Amino acid sequence: MSEVILNIQGVNKRFGGLQALTDVGITIGRGQIYGLIGPNGAGKTTFFNVITGLYQPDTGTFELAGKPYSPSAPHAVAKAGIARTFQNIRLFGEMTALENVMVGRHVRSHQGVFGAIFRHKAARQEEASIRQRAQELLDFVGIGQFASRTSKYLSYGDQRRLEIARALATDPQLLALDEPAAGMNATEKLALRELLVKIKNEGKTVLLIEHDVKLMMGLCDRITVLEYGKRIAEGLPHEIQSNQAVIDAYLGGAH
Amino acid sequence: MALLNFDTTRNPQKAFVSMGLLLLVALAFPFIAQNFGNSWVRIADLALLYIMLALGLNVVVGFAGLLDLGYIAFYAIGAYLTGLLASPQFATLLESLINLHPGTGEALAAVFGEEIRTNGIHLSVWFIVPLAAALAGLFGAILGAPTLKLRGDYLAIVTLGFGEIIRIFMNNLNDPINITNGPQGINLIDPIKVFGVDLAGAAGSGAMVQVGPWSMPSVNAYYFLFLLLTIATIFVTSRLQHSRLGRAWVAIREDEIAAKAMGINTRNVKLLAFSMGATFGGVAGAMFASFQGFVSPESFSLTESIAVLAMVVLGGIGHIPGVVLGGLLLAALPEVLRHVVEPLQQQLFGKILIEAEVLRQLLYGLAMVVIMLNRPAGLWPSPKHEDRPDGDSDTKSQSSGVVPA
Repeated sequence: MSEVILNIQGVNKRFGGLQALTDVGITIGRGQIYGLIGPNGAGKTTFFNVITGLYQPDTGTFELAGKPYSPSAPHAVAKAGIARTFQNIRLFGEMTALENVMVGRHVRSHQGVFGAIFRHKAARQEEASIRQRAQELLDFVGIGQFASRTSKYLSYGDQRRLEIARALATDPQLLALDEPAAGMNATEKLALRELLVKIKNEGKTVLLIEHDVKLMMGLCDRITVLEYGKRIAEGLPHEIQSNQAVIDAYLGGAH
Repeated sequence: MALLNFDTTRNPQKAFVSMGLLLLVALAFPFIAQNFGNSWVRIADLALLYIMLALGLNVVVGFAGLLDLGYIAFYAIGAYLTGLLASPQFATLLESLINLHPGTGEALAAVFGEEIRTNGIHLSVWFIVPLAAALAGLFGAILGAPTLKLRGDYLAIVTLGFGEIIRIFMNNLNDPINITNGPQGINLIDPIKVFGVDLAGAAGSGAMVQVGPWSMPSVNAYYFLFLLLTIATIFVTSRLQHSRLGRAWVAIREDEIAAKAMGINTRNVKLLAFSMGATFGGVAGAMFASFQGFVSPESFSLTESIAVLAMVVLGGIGHIPGVVLGGLLLAALPEVLRHVVEPLQQQLFGKILIEAEVLRQLLYGLAMVVIMLNRPAGLWPSPKHEDRPDGDSDTKSQSSGVVPA
């Protein structure tokens, strides 16, 4: 593996009496598409929320690109360089597609009240560059023609793409996608897959949660499998496919 | 509304023509209205203050989506600050302070000069307005801070409480140190003087204001000042709306968790919204105090907060031209009805069947209900940019129907 971009070890998370995550760890190399799979309720999304600062872990060490980061607040994690999408799409519905992506640039821009009111040169330049970058990203994910459309009127697949564009706007070191293919038909999945490969070719690292094992096997460089909040397997896709513990988890073990 | 268009990004030419036309009407209004009596211009003065309030509240409620039912508190803070720093009230305060704690009182008198013992403080409007803005902004942040984790109904109830707290403070801060003069309120507040022109009119002029070669009634002079401030408020709030911060506010309104995940520090950005919104309330309050010459806690009751909120919601929440329209209608309508209802009944029936005050409330309420039933998004909501109608397919709930494997 090349340079390690994300290294997380020893994560425990308890919700009351439920141990949702037990000593879960993950190591992702730069430029990989890394898969996180597991049956329903395995703790994938919980782990995801811990990584991105939405839940506070009980224990765990977190390193991004060699530097420790604290997943104490989502906005701090976004600033550190992890951007995410949501399992159930969370767009800013009343804003246009372009504005949605422009919000993603918030964390990489600085103008405050003074700049907003007086629109001095630096403020105008920043605003123009935000707008330009946002349009580029919309074009990149393939919905540039819908820039001025209110985002809630976009089609489902395009909303998914828009959410990815918005996440990319934060200039992430790691793009974390929570079930991006959920609710998509076969054609849309194929298009999504192409987009993910395109993102990878841009040198981005992607962490992917997905139910669709077929999609994952062909796409991911490495995969971690969770079950009941524990990591039961980690490795290359074909290793995962033949791993007995994984097969038991998905099909039910012989008892 | 098709005649007027204020969308400067999509149709700048039409927008600027519309603004110019409206400005002409606004400038000409007092000269026409004064022929029918000063009271009409006075109504317009108060309406402009309400428009400022509504625009300020629109930052909090419209942009950031934080339902604030205590907004009038900031109006009160601006008004009472003016009452304290531009009237004889400070002399009363000082007297009570000296009785309570002579050391501090004497020290204050020594710092500010002996004449404040008898005359109080009389700051110029140039100091009052920034001070009122700053103090209200500070209070906006202070009152906003405990509400950061609240949303919807809960936020509304807490802000409602804060609004009441401020009013009750104003009612009771007359003992042991007499700051607000309690329920009697503060009287004899200085009228506004700009560039040596007293907007209340020079003594013995019969409330006529002399500006260069022109002379106009006092209410007209105030009208132009308030118009200027309202235009400034429109300018500032619309600049804020179309900025990085404005987008962050709307993002929080639309989906707070997603906004956080996009790196927006929601705590700071919300506090900023509270604070910026309060600023306009503070300035409007300072103007109100100088204009009336008198403030008392009665002017800052919950119904006022609700009236301002109604202007925002009825006009078109989050849409500046709509909010201005809402403010104008709801502030002017009751006053117009007050003037029109009784003469009209006299003419129609030969006698007054229903008192103006009663009928006014009825019609006001009726107007609100009718507007909300027919235009739930407000009279003039933000334009939507869709290429397809609302009920079309391909929305989230009617997606491809493929269940994830």
